[in-house]
Amino acid sequence: MKSTLFNMVAVLFAVTLIASAGVGAVNMLTADAIAEAKALATTAAVKNVLPEFDTTEDWEQTIDDMPIKVYKAIAADAVVGYAIESMTKNGFGGAIRLMVGFSTEGKILNVNVLEQKETPGLGTKMCDEGNVLFASIKDQDPAQMQFFVKKDGGDLDALTAATISSRAYYEAVKRAHEAFLVASGAKATADGVSGATATADAAATTDAAVATDEAATAEENVEGAEAQKGGENE
Amino acid sequence: MNKLKIITDGILKNNPTFVLVLGMCPTLGTTTSAMNGMGMGVATMAVLIMSNLVISLIKNFIPDKVRIPAFIVVIASFVTIIEMLMQAYVPSLYASLGVFIPLIVVNCIILGRAEAFASKNGAFDSVLDGIGIGLGFTIALTIIGAVRELLGSGAIFGYSFGVADYMPLVFVLAPGAFLVLGYLMVLFNKIAKR
Repeated sequence: MKSTLFNMVAVLFAVTLIASAGVGAVNMLTADAIAEAKALATTAAVKNVLPEFDTTEDWEQTIDDMPIKVYKAIAADAVVGYAIESMTKNGFGGAIRLMVGFSTEGKILNVNVLEQKETPGLGTKMCDEGNVLFASIKDQDPAQMQFFVKKDGGDLDALTAATISSRAYYEAVKRAHEAFLVASGAKATADGVSGATATADAAATTDAAVATDEAATAEENVEGAEAQKGGENE
Repeated sequence: MNKLKIITDGILKNNPTFVLVLGMCPTLGTTTSAMNGMGMGVATMAVLIMSNLVISLIKNFIPDKVRIPAFIVVIASFVTIIEMLMQAYVPSLYASLGVFIPLIVVNCIILGRAEAFASKNGAFDSVLDGIGIGLGFTIALTIIGAVRELLGSGAIFGYSFGVADYMPLVFVLAPGAFLVLGYLMVLFNKIAKR
């Protein structure tokens, strides 16, 4: 068709109008279904990381300026565990969100990766069944471990060629554990200021552990940054 | 016969990856495993068939000078609609393919076929061209992904042979993508020219 100013403007206007109307209509049709699918995925993740339960109570905490959602699972009037939706912004491809299940004693039962944008084939292995990240924390209590990767002097395995993704994964798990300590009453405050509560002993030991962890991590980060320059992948 | 040739041309003579060398960004980026390559290929094929169909139908109403912006709007709308539909009704498929969907908009194969084929041919032929090129792209990406997965992580379609630690990881990384693509291109053209 021959182009004139009028028909160019008219046709482009019509095309964009129809296209945006189409996108808008589909958005209206699917918005509810998308929200429902997301909620279902969260519920499924909570069920997946915890033993059988009847109901959950949930609330939100803020740790390191990040929203952490806690689901307290209750079966027959007793708490059976906590599922904690934790996150980190330090993944190789941005934010990573995890659902971590804790037993009432603070042992990690299961981890579900809810959202990640890591490199396909490298960092994405964190989502696979039986990956080394989950294997090295399964049934463990983070408070009893040197909670960072072996390269940084800790107890945890990292994914090959995805050390940054692995560090981010463990950081999110550790944040979930902090939220768990607060939720289960073992620690009075989120930011680890000396907890003079009824469970002073437990709180003091955990605080100490957290403090050493943090100091060590800070140190290791420097080392990590240097290793980074040496051509480390991800 | 002639109709069949449109499809086989898309796979062999006009193979988008190995012969036309179009859409290199998603090709290099997503082929870290056979499954990822196939996912990207199938998602692209779906959009390609739809956009070819619509563009061949509206081509007579679009003034020549504004055809490219009009095509881009059509393609981008389709991609957005497909993304929303997948997210709503097949969330599990979206979870595994979701990252590739927005990439399709910038895939020049789609615009290339709109421009080179759909804007000159009828609706039925355009759909066939979409199928042919889409299959060619899917097959190429699956092969590249399979080779990289096999060499880099000792697995195929996620089935591991348990030798991951002894394999050269470079094939999963970006340099390996270029190496594999280059050698496969040579091999493909050598066989196809015969």
